[in-house]
Amino acid sequence: MSVDATLSFEEAMEKYDPVLGFEVHVELNTKTKMFSSAPNVFGDEPNTNVNEVDLGMPGVLPVVNKAAVESSIKIGLALNCKIAESCRFARKNYFYPDTPKNFQTSQYDEPIAYDGYLDIELEDGTVFRVEIERAHMEEDAGKLTHMGGATGRIQGADYSLVDYNRSGVPLVEIVTKPIEGAGSRAPELAKAYVAAVREIVKNLGVSDAKMERGNVRCDANVSLRPHGQERFGIRSETKNVNSLRAVEHAVRYEIQRHAAVLDSGQPIIQETRHWHEDTRSTTSGRPKSDADDYRYFPEPDLVPVVASREWVEELRATLPEPPAERRKRLKEAWGYSDLEFRDVVNAGVMDSIEETIAAGASADVARKWWMGEIVGRAKVADVEPGELGVTPQVIVELNKLVEDGKINNKMATQVLDGVLAGEGAPAEIVEKRGLAVVSDDGPLLEAIDAALAAQPDVAEKIRGGKVQAIGAIVGGVMKATRGQADAGRVRELILEKLGVQG
Amino acid sequence: MAAINRDDVAHLARLAHIEMSAEELDRMAGELAVIVDSVKSVSEAAGEDVPATSHPIPLTNVFREDVVGHTFTAEQALSGAPDAFENRFKVPAILDED
Amino acid sequence: MTDLKNELIRHSAADLAAKLAAGDVSAVEVTQAHLDRIADVDPQVNAFLHVNSEEALAVAAEVDATRAAGGSAGEELHALAGVPIAVKDLIVTIGQPTTAGSKILEGWHSPYDATVVKKLRAAKMPILGKTNLDEFAMGSSTEHSAYGPTRNPWDLNRIPGGSGGGSAAAVAAFEAPLALGTDTGGSIRQPGAVTGTVGMKPTYGAVSRYGAIAMASSLDQIGPVARTVLDSALLQEVIGGHDPFDSTSLTDPFNNLVAAARVGNVAGMKIGIIKELHGEGYQAGVENRFNESLQNLKDAGAEIVGVSCPNLKYALGAYYLIMPSEVSSNLAKFDGVRYGMRVLPTEGPMTIERVMGATRAAGFGDEVKRRIILGTYALSAGYYDAYYGSAQKVRTLIQRDFDAAFAQADVLISPTAPTTAFKLGEKLDDPLAMYLNDVATIPANLAGIPGLSLPGGLADEDGLPVGIQLLAPAREDARLYRVGAVLESILEEKWGGPMLSKAPDLKNAALGAVSNSAGGSN
Repeated sequence: MSVDATLSFEEAMEKYDPVLGFEVHVELNTKTKMFSSAPNVFGDEPNTNVNEVDLGMPGVLPVVNKAAVESSIKIGLALNCKIAESCRFARKNYFYPDTPKNFQTSQYDEPIAYDGYLDIELEDGTVFRVEIERAHMEEDAGKLTHMGGATGRIQGADYSLVDYNRSGVPLVEIVTKPIEGAGSRAPELAKAYVAAVREIVKNLGVSDAKMERGNVRCDANVSLRPHGQERFGIRSETKNVNSLRAVEHAVRYEIQRHAAVLDSGQPIIQETRHWHEDTRSTTSGRPKSDADDYRYFPEPDLVPVVASREWVEELRATLPEPPAERRKRLKEAWGYSDLEFRDVVNAGVMDSIEETIAAGASADVARKWWMGEIVGRAKVADVEPGELGVTPQVIVELNKLVEDGKINNKMATQVLDGVLAGEGAPAEIVEKRGLAVVSDDGPLLEAIDAALAAQPDVAEKIRGGKVQAIGAIVGGVMKATRGQADAGRVRELILEKLGVQG
Repeated sequence: MAAINRDDVAHLARLAHIEMSAEELDRMAGELAVIVDSVKSVSEAAGEDVPATSHPIPLTNVFREDVVGHTFTAEQALSGAPDAFENRFKVPAILDED
Repeated sequence: MTDLKNELIRHSAADLAAKLAAGDVSAVEVTQAHLDRIADVDPQVNAFLHVNSEEALAVAAEVDATRAAGGSAGEELHALAGVPIAVKDLIVTIGQPTTAGSKILEGWHSPYDATVVKKLRAAKMPILGKTNLDEFAMGSSTEHSAYGPTRNPWDLNRIPGGSGGGSAAAVAAFEAPLALGTDTGGSIRQPGAVTGTVGMKPTYGAVSRYGAIAMASSLDQIGPVARTVLDSALLQEVIGGHDPFDSTSLTDPFNNLVAAARVGNVAGMKIGIIKELHGEGYQAGVENRFNESLQNLKDAGAEIVGVSCPNLKYALGAYYLIMPSEVSSNLAKFDGVRYGMRVLPTEGPMTIERVMGATRAAGFGDEVKRRIILGTYALSAGYYDAYYGSAQKVRTLIQRDFDAAFAQADVLISPTAPTTAFKLGEKLDDPLAMYLNDVATIPANLAGIPGLSLPGGLADEDGLPVGIQLLAPAREDARLYRVGAVLESILEEKWGGPMLSKAPDLKNAALGAVSNSAGGSN
């Protein structure tokens, strides 16, 4: 495989203006397939989630899944699209072994949703509007596994195996209009756009939205034109860009590759490119002999879908708050700084914090626990923070134990570990592990005297007003009491003893 | 309307994935030319304002509820397969790289 | 064959049903009589591609046992329970091969039943076997079957019509009292006409298409093949009705068909002669029988009016654009990956694309290839509007013509086919001449309306059957049964019995020389 030349991104940006376009395929999480009653389930034994329809057997006919149509309309509405009053399915004819009928049932000139937009907020708060051309309904293909080659890729394979479990899974394809004016932020915008679409379909509950499972798949179109030129350059379409990071990298790579081609005076070839995560580069896709002529025609086995205004409004009424608006509302309500809020969002604990606050914790306590304790543990366990097993009630309970002075913060983290180890509710764990704070001041005062006696110079500093030096004495007391003391109370008692104002 | 020639037929045969010999292409081109000639009046029959009829009896919104129905076992699914391996359909290489 | 068996096979389905219900005869006897007849005459006729003796007899035995046991199970038996039937081999059946008359599906067994087959099973009608057809139902003579042509029981050197020549010949030769056909441009009605049987194409959507291997989805319709109008109505009531597996299936009830066939009265009805569908291009003997039928209906009290459907001149052209377009897409699935034949290229690289190309080259016959290429052309970029788009508009014009005609008449009438049965091989090398056979039947498919063909007598010049076609507005299938039954009874009274009683005795018929191209064209 030859390696394409690239220009540095900065140089590419100096010379050229990128124009982007995206086709994002969203797999719907309906119970059954788009046109058959076979289950829409990921990852089962090959060729078991199929019936005669999904295998394209002779004589079969499709019947449209109503839930898939409703999900499609919801996606259209969430993308601020118009919903077609009447639309039809069409056959897209091409031969490929993962396509059991050798045509894909899709929509052609009559998409169910069209003319929408999405406002994308970039890291620094800049809002960029992406215009949506259309969102249409179609069906997924089966899964090919290429065998016999060294890499598992189509290149070099001796033969391929086909599993049609995915065949007929409902898809909504979202197509943008050409995106101009992103400039050097094009890669960032690309990532943010796909992230926003993913978030929207997840928020709507219409897709599992797991990119690693292919629930959301992105084809990225990139073209360059010299600054000041209005006409678009020739584009490439990069397929299989299946993580947010990859979207950013692929767009950046294609900009750099196009720039190098243009710089060398060569024309860009309009083609499909394949993204390779391992090399972070694209290669020229397989030439499809009939790619230029799909012979679309209206699907004669299906009748038009008519979306009455009543139906559309009924569906609109079920839409959840859009993610961007929700974020804005929560940030204000919680009083987090920009940085704090962004960290919360990036760590994926916004929902958990919202639930924890709803369970009775303050915004700061909820953030402290989720960001300070749980995110790190989740990272170690390699799961999403929300899936670690900490419920909002646990946090509320832990916090109450601390506030009541029953345990200190250090103990609380041990209790949290106990909860995660399945030892029971926080109060039980405090009991079982014997973690209760020593609250009788008698033993504490003895320990304080001992600690002050052991470090007379420190005691002198505190008396002299250097209250921050108190840590050394508190540490000594905590050590002597094997952590069982309430550090706050220890501090109070030391200050009292030394006659210093805290 | 353009006449249909041998090159057209060769292109169409590729699109339709039907291998054709030189003789077949010639014969098919001749036959199709006659047929195409006989149907071309259709393109002049209807004016712009006439709507197309894709379905003889108009129906709309024929849907299925999202309820799981029957499935095949892998054995049933593969019962007619010309070639199979590990419960999957086996096909020759997709790319020609020799 | 014993006299009893000889008598049994000549009964109509309605008579057999009555005899079965009365206990005069058993379902096993009836089924066995037909199986014996198949064994006797099918080597000459070649109506069947597969005979399903074991299962048919088992179903018949079940019916007999149920009836013998009496009680509610016996009473709940369908009226046609135990009446055997043949199924066109385009319709998928569990337990029997389904070939569509094509090599590409040789030996394929469907893992599911067509909806109509499920209904036959529910009614406990023994399925005698699968009948021959032009490959994927593409043809008007059954000569395009990959398994050799079916012969016309009236003259074994002539075609039985197509594509459903097997079903029509089986019924005409008394191999089955009933059969299922499919009709995309006349494949039930034209074979009915040339074999002296009754063939009905119901309103599009009246019978589920689920499990009928699609030829042209917007035109295909399954329907009954029978020897009497009443039998056809009985069978349509078995197979019809809404099917949630077919999105184009109608929800309207079609349960008044048998009653309509029993009304026996056309007084006051207006019957419209379609000006464009007779006269020039129609054989003299066909015209004569057609005119007699008009006179008979007039004598029975109907009013005969003339109607014009000027856009029918575009019907054949529109059909030969829409049908192949849909064919090219519907037949793409036959590629040697999931089922059916796989052929490896003899030289060059072994890629899936080339395997598909070699499989389809070897698996499809010439007529199928011709239509796939024609349809690929009509749909391809740059031609869609001029061809497929225009043809869909012609469909609208033809529907409007029919709407206007039905404003003037309750039913329309024409000859079913322009000629009587032609000789095997006669039109095989001239596709266009073959296509012209369907000129009178195609309009009903384009418009989605029902059409019935029934025997109108024998042509003077060749003594071969002539078919009369009746057309009604969409959803008005009952009207066809009503008018058809009246015309049938008048004609049978004049003939002194069913027309098929004049057919030659097949056992004495000699199998003449057939041109070589007939069987080997594929």
